[in-house]
Amino acid sequence: MTTASPVPTPHVHAPHVHDGCCGHDHVHPPAPAQLDPRALLSGRGLTFVRGGRSILTGVDIDIRPGEIVTVIGPNGAGKTTLVRLLLGLDAPDRGVVHRRSDLVIGYAPQRFDIDRALPMTVSRFLRLGQPAGDAEVGAALAEVGAVRVANQQMTSLSGGELQRVVLARALLRTPNLLVLDEPVRGVDYAGEAELYTLIGKLRDDRGLGVLLVSHDLHVVMAASNRVVCLNRHVCCSGVPETVAQHPEYVRLFGAEAARAIAVYHHHHDHRHDLGGDPTPVSRPSGEEPR
Amino acid sequence: MEPYLLRALAAGVGLAIVAAPLGCFVVWNRMAYFGETVAQASLLGVALGLMFQLDLTISVLLVALAVAGLLILAGRQTAVPVDSILGLMHFGALAAGVIATALVRGPSVDLMGYLFGDVFAVTGSDLMWVYGGGALALAAMAWLWSSLLRLAVHEELAAAEGVSRDRVRIAFTLVLALTIAIGMKIVGILLVIAFLIVPSVAARPFSSTPERMALLAALTGIASTTLGLGLSLYTDAPGGPSIVLVMALLAGLSLTLGGSRNAR
Repeated sequence: MTTASPVPTPHVHAPHVHDGCCGHDHVHPPAPAQLDPRALLSGRGLTFVRGGRSILTGVDIDIRPGEIVTVIGPNGAGKTTLVRLLLGLDAPDRGVVHRRSDLVIGYAPQRFDIDRALPMTVSRFLRLGQPAGDAEVGAALAEVGAVRVANQQMTSLSGGELQRVVLARALLRTPNLLVLDEPVRGVDYAGEAELYTLIGKLRDDRGLGVLLVSHDLHVVMAASNRVVCLNRHVCCSGVPETVAQHPEYVRLFGAEAARAIAVYHHHHDHRHDLGGDPTPVSRPSGEEPR
Repeated sequence: MEPYLLRALAAGVGLAIVAAPLGCFVVWNRMAYFGETVAQASLLGVALGLMFQLDLTISVLLVALAVAGLLILAGRQTAVPVDSILGLMHFGALAAGVIATALVRGPSVDLMGYLFGDVFAVTGSDLMWVYGGGALALAAMAWLWSSLLRLAVHEELAAAEGVSRDRVRIAFTLVLALTIAIGMKIVGILLVIAFLIVPSVAARPFSSTPERMALLAALTGIASTTLGLGLSLYTDAPGGPSIVLVMALLAGLSLTLGGSRNAR
């Protein structure tokens, strides 16, 4: 790292709020932090052990309405395990997951390999198990910019189209929290930026909470309200800039990655009017993803 | 038409209709080997039925359920891949079934009837099983359809959205065991899974929705039964294998004609 960032002062090993970063040998305080009543979904002290190996240790996380929380970490850091615990697909060995009583999750899983033997059109997939009329399906597809694939077979979609369709299905559930596991896997760079712009827009327009999981460092962070850097425990968390400058982050991802964060900034395609409502401004014609 | 022929036709058509929707899920979930293992293990059920003088359909049903349960449990171990376990159970159960049947009936027992069925020997009470049990199986499939479909599309997504994986899987296994038990009398334990899989394969290239695939599979099964029984009458070939041969030919034809259409 070339910037003259201050040398991190050693952490005081006392109960603390996770806003800075901790060293690798850091011992977590035994008493879990208090639950935030506003949070849509919270995890406290989440610990998951498989085959005698700790996959996750003492992870605290909160996702509040209107906030994008990005969980970032190298392969094998336990990102997907954390998502599975938060979704209730696995039970933690220690710790608790708390869901706000009105929580509705729209989930977009990481891998989506629909079997070639299963015929299924996009619009049928969107309606599967959830009653939705033509208008709603059309609106959801329009929102993610995938109207023209409505009548295509799921197996014929490209990686980017599939991600958009899965996102449209999540939106049809009228969620207040989106959980997106590696949403840009198999999507090219331009598509990536578009997808992140879209996710930022969804947060702004609908006030959704978003939990985003990524190993991808370039575009994701600037759009996030908070970044949680995970490597089997929470290494550090905070606003993107703080995390990117943090030595623990740099150690995990390298100085190159830390500089790459500056490349992209979430550009608004609308302004917030005085009432706080988003008003679209001169939506460029080239916005519709191709 | 001779009554025995009418019964054969009615049994084959009934089985084809019941097997079609089930077979689609066997194909979509890549459970062909699972189904085959459960079916072949049910020879043990024949032996037990003969030994304790039970109705063979019931004893086969019980053994099929026990084997399916065992397979699901075995699938949770991580030492070897699941298909190795299937291979082990498949041959182990078949061998045990042959030995048990021979011990019960003596070494000269004619296994052919159990392995390949005897569609022309179907009785009135067999038909009651086919249509009574079949109606139950179809009703269960209709009830499970949406959940099964969501699990087939993406298991984790369905589970995260609230589909109860284990409950649906157990219910599906029950229906599968019931269908195997019904089909055993008609086409035997070696061929019953063909009724599930082959018509679904034939239907795939011409299907754009899951329901259409199940419907076309049922029609393929019905056509194959009719043609196969006709073939059997004219050539004196065994009935069950004739039906399955016609199915396989239709599936091959369908894949040749429609396989390159990219299944629109």
